[in-house]
Amino acid sequence: MQTWSLVSLCVLLGVVVRWGVSLNSYSGAGRPPMFGDYEAQRHWQEVTYNLPVQEWYLNTTDNNLNYWGLDYPPLTAYHSLICAYIAKIINPEWVELHKSRGYESPAHKLFMRATVLVADLLIYIPAVVLYCLYLTDGSAKKKVSTLFCFLLYPGLILIDYGHFQYNGVSLGFALWGVLALGLGWDSLGSMAFCLALNYKQMELYHALPFFCYLLGKCVKLGLMGRGFFLLVRIASTVLVTFALCWLPFLSDPSRALQVVRRIFPVARGLFEDKVANTWCSLNILIKIRSILSSDSQIYLSTACTLLAVLPSSVRLLTKPTFWQFKLALANSSLAFFLFSYQVHEKSILLAALPVCLLLNDLPLVAIYFLQVSTFSMVPLLLKDGLLVPYVVTSLAFLFFGVFLLSALEHCSEEELRLGAYHKLLFCLPKLDMACIVRWKFYISVAVMAGLSFASVALVPPPHLPDLFPVLVSTTAFLHFFGTFLYFNVVQFSGPPSRKSQKKKN
Amino acid sequence: LPSEIHKNTSEWTLDYPPLFAWFEFGLSHVAQHFDRNMLLVENLNYDSPATVLFQRLSVIFTDLVFIFAVRECCRCVQEQKGSRDILNRPSFVLAVLLLWNFGLLIVDHIHFQYNGFLFGFLLLSVAKHLQSRHLQGALLFALLLNLKHIYLYVAPAYGIYLLRSYCFTQDNKDGSISWRSFSPLRLIALGSIVGSVCALSFGPFIAMGQLPQVLSRLFPFKRGLCHAYWAPNIWALYNILDKVLVTLGVRLKLLQEAELPRASMTGGLVQEFQHSVLPSITPSITLVCTLLSILPAAASIWWRPGGARGFLRCLLLCALGSFMFGWHVHEKAILIAILPLSILAVESREDAGIFLVLTTTGHYSLFPLIFTPLPIKAVLMLMFVIYSFTALRKLHR
Repeated sequence: MQTWSLVSLCVLLGVVVRWGVSLNSYSGAGRPPMFGDYEAQRHWQEVTYNLPVQEWYLNTTDNNLNYWGLDYPPLTAYHSLICAYIAKIINPEWVELHKSRGYESPAHKLFMRATVLVADLLIYIPAVVLYCLYLTDGSAKKKVSTLFCFLLYPGLILIDYGHFQYNGVSLGFALWGVLALGLGWDSLGSMAFCLALNYKQMELYHALPFFCYLLGKCVKLGLMGRGFFLLVRIASTVLVTFALCWLPFLSDPSRALQVVRRIFPVARGLFEDKVANTWCSLNILIKIRSILSSDSQIYLSTACTLLAVLPSSVRLLTKPTFWQFKLALANSSLAFFLFSYQVHEKSILLAALPVCLLLNDLPLVAIYFLQVSTFSMVPLLLKDGLLVPYVVTSLAFLFFGVFLLSALEHCSEEELRLGAYHKLLFCLPKLDMACIVRWKFYISVAVMAGLSFASVALVPPPHLPDLFPVLVSTTAFLHFFGTFLYFNVVQFSGPPSRKSQKKKN
Repeated sequence: LPSEIHKNTSEWTLDYPPLFAWFEFGLSHVAQHFDRNMLLVENLNYDSPATVLFQRLSVIFTDLVFIFAVRECCRCVQEQKGSRDILNRPSFVLAVLLLWNFGLLIVDHIHFQYNGFLFGFLLLSVAKHLQSRHLQGALLFALLLNLKHIYLYVAPAYGIYLLRSYCFTQDNKDGSISWRSFSPLRLIALGSIVGSVCALSFGPFIAMGQLPQVLSRLFPFKRGLCHAYWAPNIWALYNILDKVLVTLGVRLKLLQEAELPRASMTGGLVQEFQHSVLPSITPSITLVCTLLSILPAAASIWWRPGGARGFLRCLLLCALGSFMFGWHVHEKAILIAILPLSILAVESREDAGIFLVLTTTGHYSLFPLIFTPLPIKAVLMLMFVIYSFTALRKLHR
């Protein structure tokens, strides 16, 4: 069948799955007084529509920052403003100042879900389609399979269409950035990434690889010649984009500072809730939060993050190829997730996007990681009442990933780039690494299924009320750490040999 | 208790034959583990989340019958020579066209009925006939008739085909009927199968003397010529013509407006109506029209039987004829024509063309049934249309 029909079928199926998930409940449904993320987005529409720009981030009588104050950069606020204009046309009650707090109705839910779908259709999905068609190698059928699995990734669907957020916009812009850089359009790529950064500040997880890749490219072209011009062009694009986004706030430096303070709340503590990163997992054994002062916590996490991200960034600086760039994106976002300050479990989506880019090259590991990332959010999903969508989308993703991408067949040692492990573990007897990886995959899937079931069906003992969330986050943490090490090893090992490339095609 | 079922208790009373009632009875035994309250007769419009979950799961579970039937049908499809990859093989295309049939998905899983299960029986019976296992096919059809009597629409096809091709074991050299090869044994076998199935399902009710009551529930002729949502058949056009003539007549002062009956057929209600200008249609007129429309098809498989595929075509024509001229037809009935046509569509080019036209318009006519907002049904419809067009075009290049 022609590619265009297969592609359109995949996209339409992706849309059906997304809309199907959106029919479920959202975060904070029917739970006054604070509700959840859904109410936060609605409140931002209310605030941005009714108040002047200068007051959006200030604590005034009309804008109580304790009730879901804006804590994303300006582009989110502009997006909320556009949605608010449309909401006003349909039903003014939805965005009335003060009176519309906690507004919930089926029509409003339809509207909000529709805004997410429209944003996805405009930004995220086209980027995915173009990436899979132009920047992956293989036959047309392989590209379409990759596209299908990419669109079916459960984590993003469940968070955006279930819990309710707009991650598709920021991840979509970042993906456009990656796409542009892959096609060699550096200024456009940097502009797209700046837009992503101005939509959600968490995109800083991806900033270092972009920086190192572009800098490395400029250095390679020669800093005294064309490289210098490229550097200047990129720098000016970045500055202009930032200036345009922050235009209303630049007239008064204190206002800009207030926005920065809202975006980076340093007063909040090393971690909140149960999240699958180092500090939370370490906290089970050693109570870090009580031992160290909050200042030293900040220093410790910053130091660890920088140390973790250093090897991959330096490697990318010296070897700025697209393959290294993809790996560095994965490594950097994982490093930040594992060691950074005040990480939320939803931040794993930032690591999931680069791994989705690797679906074509390392199918088994990618599917493995993506499933674990969805699993790590199980406590959050259960709180939102999204059990059925979680089960269905995870099963579908696992099935299609393993079947369509032939993940379990393409896992010889060479294809998994496991050669380097032999050099590292030279003291141990010769093990069949590929077989080990396959068995680890089976066992992990079984463990994840078991823990998911237990979280739903069993009641934790009274002296350990958080048993299941802790078990979930620790299991996920171990997987994430292992994947982080693996991607670093792969980044440092040589490129695939000619023989294996021919075999893949 | 089964005996109470056929009395008038509410607006949604059981109007399917007894076997279906036993099926629901079986379901109710499982249902009590989900939520006891939904089994109380007084609880109309009861929908706790557990109820909805149970109902939807039951549809998905019974769809397993449908999936099995599809698999049997795919095995009967004639494969053509030449190495094709799996996406282009006729059996794969048929499987997708049947399993992802937009109309069936919408009606069963959104609107909520058990059609997948019933169509499974129909397709399985067709597959058995295609495999020349006629007795099994007849048994399945008898079961199906007792599950939902709408399949009476296609009963003439079965009757004539089985009589002609099964009871007369041989044909003359030119294909015409050979009276001497009549086999009474086969006729008795068929008759006993059908009779025993009907006895099994209707037996208890005949014993209790409730047969008239059951029959009146099954064949509610008081419901009016057209369903609440008009099925796109000839009587819909007839109604429109009537309305046009009425408006014209009033405009031209040929009719008195006060004399006209105050009927509104588009009111969305299920009632009996009188036509104002054109003669009113009674059930017997519709029966005559239906029989006339299926006469050519039936005659053709009597005089020149075309084997199992000829039977399939006759089945289709019976379904379409009954849809066009029947009394109180649901628009869901178009699915009875669309699903068997899928089998013919993957085998011949002309049938594929007819199939594309019929499914697209038939599925589109199902849109008003669904209350959910636009995206899902539009997207699903679009997917099915794209797939059917591209797959069939590739297949019959």
